[in-house]
Amino acid sequence: MINIALPKGRLGDKVYDKFKAAGYSCETMEEKNRKLIFTDEEKGVKYFWVKPSDVSIYVERGAADIGVAGKDILLENEPDIYELLDLNIGKCRMCVASVKGFEDTGKRTLKVATKFTNVARKYYSSLGRDIDIIKLNGSIELAPILGLSDVIVDLVETGTTLKENNLEVLETIVPISARLIVNKASFKFKKKEITRIVESLKEQVE
Amino acid sequence: MIDEKILRTEEKIIFALRALYSEHGYKPVRLSKFEEYELYAHNKDFIGDDRIITFNDSNGKLMALKPDVTLSIVKNGKDIPGHKQKVSYNENIYRTTGREGRFSEIMQAGLECIGDIDSEDILQVISLAAQTLELISEDFVLEISHLGILSALLGEISEDESFLKKAAEYIRAKNVHDMEKLCREHEIPEEQAKRLITFTGICGDLDTVMGQLEPICTTEATAKALAEFEDVGLRIRELGYGERIMCDFSIVNNMKYYNGIVFRGFLKGIYEGVLSGGQYDNLLKKMGRKSGAIGFALYLDRLEDII
Repeated sequence: MINIALPKGRLGDKVYDKFKAAGYSCETMEEKNRKLIFTDEEKGVKYFWVKPSDVSIYVERGAADIGVAGKDILLENEPDIYELLDLNIGKCRMCVASVKGFEDTGKRTLKVATKFTNVARKYYSSLGRDIDIIKLNGSIELAPILGLSDVIVDLVETGTTLKENNLEVLETIVPISARLIVNKASFKFKKKEITRIVESLKEQVE
Repeated sequence: MIDEKILRTEEKIIFALRALYSEHGYKPVRLSKFEEYELYAHNKDFIGDDRIITFNDSNGKLMALKPDVTLSIVKNGKDIPGHKQKVSYNENIYRTTGREGRFSEIMQAGLECIGDIDSEDILQVISLAAQTLELISEDFVLEISHLGILSALLGEISEDESFLKKAAEYIRAKNVHDMEKLCREHEIPEEQAKRLITFTGICGDLDTVMGQLEPICTTEATAKALAEFEDVGLRIRELGYGERIMCDFSIVNNMKYYNGIVFRGFLKGIYEGVLSGGQYDNLLKKMGRKSGAIGFALYLDRLEDII
């Protein structure tokens, strides 16, 4: 039996469709019910939905053998896992953004609001820029508008939210997409089953 | 005699390991819980974690609670031509772990073979690593790699620190897609990029990996490392562990300290590696010694879920 952690939400639905197309459907998943875990004995898979930012924790700690997480989460949490596939969905960019016309003069500490404190810290330390990190959990775009921060580090998909609020992208840090990750020990002991799933998914990606 | 019934499982394991190691000529050593902090300040990357627990002694000297056993053993040894120092230990080490920075006491058991080591010693240490795992559970996997191949492959490509760091990270994660991107971004010549990308994710039994490695190990340095690896691999096969000893080139220990054969052990039911080891001649070189060395440690605290 292979345990698979899927990210709750829109991305997760797309990911499940890929698994289904690859031959790993699970009927109970498609019914309306309040179950937490969905098993398909015949195909040997067990799915569960978890908060997207927790997927890497479930996989790293072996509660899930396989999971799908955004590269943003992997860069932020830096889990010790195998990253076997770029699923090429859930595409966006990790960006630095601010109100239109903002320019970093470098004369004072830069205030950075973000959910991704680890990513932001690493990025600015690679530039040698001294920053003050303000950790927020949502509505990051508000921060520079209200003067809470100078810039934000956040995911940008289409840029519509930014545009409508008079914000703009200053810098792209890294492109993001959903990745298939695997627990290291699981890969040793369930190699055949996991490889089969990865290979079937690969066909769905390319 | 002590009644065996009063021993906890982990204590039984420790005694059984000590007996196993002694039988093969490894003398148990006892070490102090403290070391001068300076020892670790010079070798921070070897510990792989800069959050060492420190305190001042009564003279104001900065001390550390030992975060590692190997450095203490290497520090006190002497190079004598033709001589080998074979020691085993079970010691607590102290580290700050996790994001919350919790102080942890971690029980380790292991052994080190330092001196004029040859392929016999390397084989013996790998065999003892397999026996260590087997003693705890028959459901184990020991995977083996040779860092010489990777370091020769990377050496031909680039000296750019940020490239090397990322490349090592992607090898560790078997991440082929990001390795391709990295090679493109750094404009690595096609032939070299192809070799590195093929190398990423190679694992399996000896014949499989040799079939994949031979076409990409064509330079003198890579071919030499590969020949060394094959020699060890063939002899390991004779030990008769079958699929429980596999080749996996995603093991990347810090190459400033490690070279040659490296390995890692897993037990079914435990989500992370429980045994880690390899050849660390580079550490001895860095400490001004001429000897070679190989050793491993078993993390006893990680066994809780199955014993």
